[in-house]
Amino acid sequence: MASLVRLPRRGAPATTDRVPRVVVLGNPNAGKTTLFNRLAGTNLRVGNYPGVTVESSEAQVTIAGQRLQLVDLPGTYSLCGRSAEERIAVDALLGMHGHVPPDLVLLVGDVTQLQRSLYLAVQAAELGVPMLLALNMADEAETLGIDIDVAGLSDALGIPVVAVSARTGAGLDDLGARLVSAANHPDRARSTFVTPLRDDFSHAVDAATEATRGWLGASVGRAHGIWALMSVEGGEEDPTPPAVVQTIQALRAELDAAGLDVDNEVAAARYGWIDDRLSLLLKVAPGNGRRFSDRVDRVLIHPVYGFAVFILLMTLLFQGLFSWSDPAISLVEAFFGVLTDGAQAVLPPGLFADFVIDGLLAGVGGVMVFLPQILLLFLLIGLMEDSGYMSRVAYLMDRVMRSVGLHGRAFVPMLSGFACAVPAILATRTMEKRRDRLLTMMVVPLTTCSARLPVYTLLIGALFPAAIGGVPAQGLVLSGMYFLSVFAALAAAAILGRTVLKGGREPLLLELPPYRLPRAATVLRMMWDRSRVFLTEAGTVILVCTIVLWGLLAFPRVDLASLDADVAPETAQIEGSYAASLGRGLEPAIAPLGFDWTIGIGLIGSFAAREVFVATMGVVYGVGADVDEESDTLRERIRNTRRADGTPVYTPLVGLSLMMFFAFAAQCMSTLAAVKRETKSWRWPIFLTVYMTALAYIASLIVYQGGLALGFT
Amino acid sequence: MTLADAKKNDWVTVSAVRGERGFRRRLLEMGFVTGTAVRVVGVAPLGDPLELDLRGGRLSLRAVDAARIEVTG
Repeated sequence: MASLVRLPRRGAPATTDRVPRVVVLGNPNAGKTTLFNRLAGTNLRVGNYPGVTVESSEAQVTIAGQRLQLVDLPGTYSLCGRSAEERIAVDALLGMHGHVPPDLVLLVGDVTQLQRSLYLAVQAAELGVPMLLALNMADEAETLGIDIDVAGLSDALGIPVVAVSARTGAGLDDLGARLVSAANHPDRARSTFVTPLRDDFSHAVDAATEATRGWLGASVGRAHGIWALMSVEGGEEDPTPPAVVQTIQALRAELDAAGLDVDNEVAAARYGWIDDRLSLLLKVAPGNGRRFSDRVDRVLIHPVYGFAVFILLMTLLFQGLFSWSDPAISLVEAFFGVLTDGAQAVLPPGLFADFVIDGLLAGVGGVMVFLPQILLLFLLIGLMEDSGYMSRVAYLMDRVMRSVGLHGRAFVPMLSGFACAVPAILATRTMEKRRDRLLTMMVVPLTTCSARLPVYTLLIGALFPAAIGGVPAQGLVLSGMYFLSVFAALAAAAILGRTVLKGGREPLLLELPPYRLPRAATVLRMMWDRSRVFLTEAGTVILVCTIVLWGLLAFPRVDLASLDADVAPETAQIEGSYAASLGRGLEPAIAPLGFDWTIGIGLIGSFAAREVFVATMGVVYGVGADVDEESDTLRERIRNTRRADGTPVYTPLVGLSLMMFFAFAAQCMSTLAAVKRETKSWRWPIFLTVYMTALAYIASLIVYQGGLALGFT
Repeated sequence: MTLADAKKNDWVTVSAVRGERGFRRRLLEMGFVTGTAVRVVGVAPLGDPLELDLRGGRLSLRAVDAARIEVTG
């Protein structure tokens, strides 16, 4: 069982040359990650916390000759909560459940939310781990008229306190020196803070401490008892030993019976202590920067102007993703076009050339092509986050988003999904809770991304008349597909949020920080981090999938010499490939949807990316791979392709059924790779594939069979 | 009276927080302990959530959650 026994450190000798472990703790939005990145520099390593698929950042740094192992913990307001993030923070702090016990806690506090920062600080300090408090946003304190007596606060808490600004870098040298000194002299960094509880609670706290000691080890003190009384709940998700749960529950029942409210008592005692100290140490000048922020808010969250600005900004964001990134995407494509031409010129035609061109270059190009949109989206998100506007987006949209169980901050990822699900999935990072992130990731791929457009355009253009009796039929079908996807995504969120991703009844506690000027360094760092992670990790999966798909279409090799002169070699190859065998094998399954085996090949090819369907169909129907959705030849072929019995393969009904399939199916390995990367597990991409494909199948089945039953053909 | 009924810009004092344990503990730990002064700064354009002034910072809370916080004027 977990204990406070020290375990040998990774990558360091167990005894003499041990690198002190510093965990970085702080409220969400306290600038913890910015500070961590500043300290970590280029030494940042991304991994997982023990036992969970939540991403962690670690860095080994050397400050004034002293090596330190820094570990970033998820942002949290309390150590008593039960969310995944809060548990990691507690486990890391107490060295439970596979975490190595820390030598030092670096608590990042936000000067503009000082009371709440100190609430977390005293909780952690009381547990007896040496601690250093970094008061972040010192640059803003001045503009906000906040004057804090840092030395006085250090005396009151009994730990070193440093004022820093992670954004400007001010105070970081001092912080580094203090970190080294605290790591070498941990006793000077041990707080004297004790939660001042009334005597009525003594018995329960003592008994809880005793029970906790039996569980966590001899170094457990009164603070651990208070922690256990507040946070141990029992139930499936609680890893606390049943005997301890029983004792704690009995103690709580006793307190309840005596009318003693331990939760309020503890929180009030800590806040009371903090308020008392700050009444002497903190001066807030009236007429400060908050007034500026309030004045900005009078416009930005105004019922009319606020929404006008919001709609304008979101239109810009969407327009940017949809069209402005186009030249950059074309540039990437042109670059890979040049490489392809070069490869074609240099390599002798044959299998190797095919592999390099259609497998390798197509794969790398298929990864790089996402870069413009990712960079642009994270530029805009970075600006919104760093200025404080993102919290206002959540504030404005919460009413709408929560009606389907989504977080207000899910709005930007959802909107981005209409351009492309891949950057949208990376954008779910703006939400703190894993459950909110997962729910958004599971529904974003249902939005009509730009890769579906070529498929819709091709099918609508080929199979539907421009107008029926003066009504623009093609336009109606297309906008119908968009409305359907909005409805499907919201409905899926409502259903998944009540079933697979059921969340507890949690209050929305949204901080609205003062506005500030975004800093280029913070925004650029975010753009770089997200892009790097996507290219290196999701990119690998995409590359491998592209090569596998190429293999399916390129093997077994068809003997081109024995072909009739009137069959294009590409068409012959694809018709003889494993993909074609799969397509034929799939035919019984997809026949009820109105699809024949040639469409089956297209569906397999479209797993690389939906728009590949157009090129695959071009090859299958002998028009060539260089077609686009506006190609009249391809449209003509689609209209005129017949089955063996002479009936057309494609009818408007088949087209509609096929569009339904594209609307719902998870035919995008890049999206799945991004989900795998962000959730750090195969479980969620597999769930996404299964539920979306099932949805696609059912929707197509209903449309096709329903259409037949109603007499359409 | 609950915080959801408080008049805009009036300072009120928290007297109790009701609700299921985890939910209640979260509100308490965010600073809504007995005796704390709170002010409703405004309401979001769509009628929810509320913007509150609490302990020198701005915090947003949904009306249903604010209705669990008893206050005195």
